[in-house]
Amino acid sequence: MSPTLADLEVGQEVARRTIEVDRARLVRYAGASGDFNPIHWNERFAREVGLPGVIAHGMWTMGAAVGVVTEWAGDPGAVVDYQTRFARPVVVPDPGAAQVEVTATVGAIDPETSTARIDLAVVVEGQRVLAKAQALVRLAA
Amino acid sequence: MAVNTSYAGRVYPPGEVYEVSAEKIRELAEATASTHPAHTDPAAARALGYRGVVAPPTFAVVIAQRAEAAYVQDPDAGIDFSRVVHADERFTHHRPIVAGDRLTPTLHVDSVTERGPLAMVTTRVEIADDDGAPVATVVSTLAVRGEDA
Repeated sequence: MSPTLADLEVGQEVARRTIEVDRARLVRYAGASGDFNPIHWNERFAREVGLPGVIAHGMWTMGAAVGVVTEWAGDPGAVVDYQTRFARPVVVPDPGAAQVEVTATVGAIDPETSTARIDLAVVVEGQRVLAKAQALVRLAA
Repeated sequence: MAVNTSYAGRVYPPGEVYEVSAEKIRELAEATASTHPAHTDPAAARALGYRGVVAPPTFAVVIAQRAEAAYVQDPDAGIDFSRVVHADERFTHHRPIVAGDRLTPTLHVDSVTERGPLAMVTTRVEIADDDGAPVATVVSTLAVRGEDA
């Protein structure tokens, strides 16, 4: 059953998920998105330009984080607006993986436009990697 | 070379038509661990009232970044990609993107400003369908570090 606006309260947590990201996932995202910047797959290049190592595409992190919202809303088309600032790079080790923890809470409810603002806390190793990550979701009253 | 601030306000001619395929939607959904069945299963998408599988909320970046290339890869724009950090991104969906859509992006350079050693470049891509109806607006800001930053 899809959630309705009447079900929601500001501050309520609606979804939570941890997503694992390794180098293979970044290569897959590069191919899917067409963003082949080598800082996302080439350790030597990433270090040469002053990064601590290979980092995830900001757009990968943004795209992965909103998955909890589309699942919760029950309709990917319900997300009418989605924005973020990229606060910190997500360094992706090799071997191994980074764990991206996403928590979605209700930030605001607007009955006039039938939308709820869902705020996403996106954290890696205790630090927020996205700032002001907000999805506006259209829901039934 | 410094970022060329005279590009602010520039509007590019409409880009090539982008044909949205079910396979590209599947690839992007799988890469971002977006597990909603309407991204990959046509029956699940139809049950929600869509005529094809539905794109994830950030899919439009694929179309927008192609359009942005006309600007950010222009040598005269002065954007050194090894010094670029993605600062922020926003998608406004006027309607969902579905497989079978034929979409045309139009690139606007909304602002190019210098803040000390950083240049901030904001682009906006307006994506419309074959009828000219608005589908999505993608606003992206890049921070470009100066030579000595």
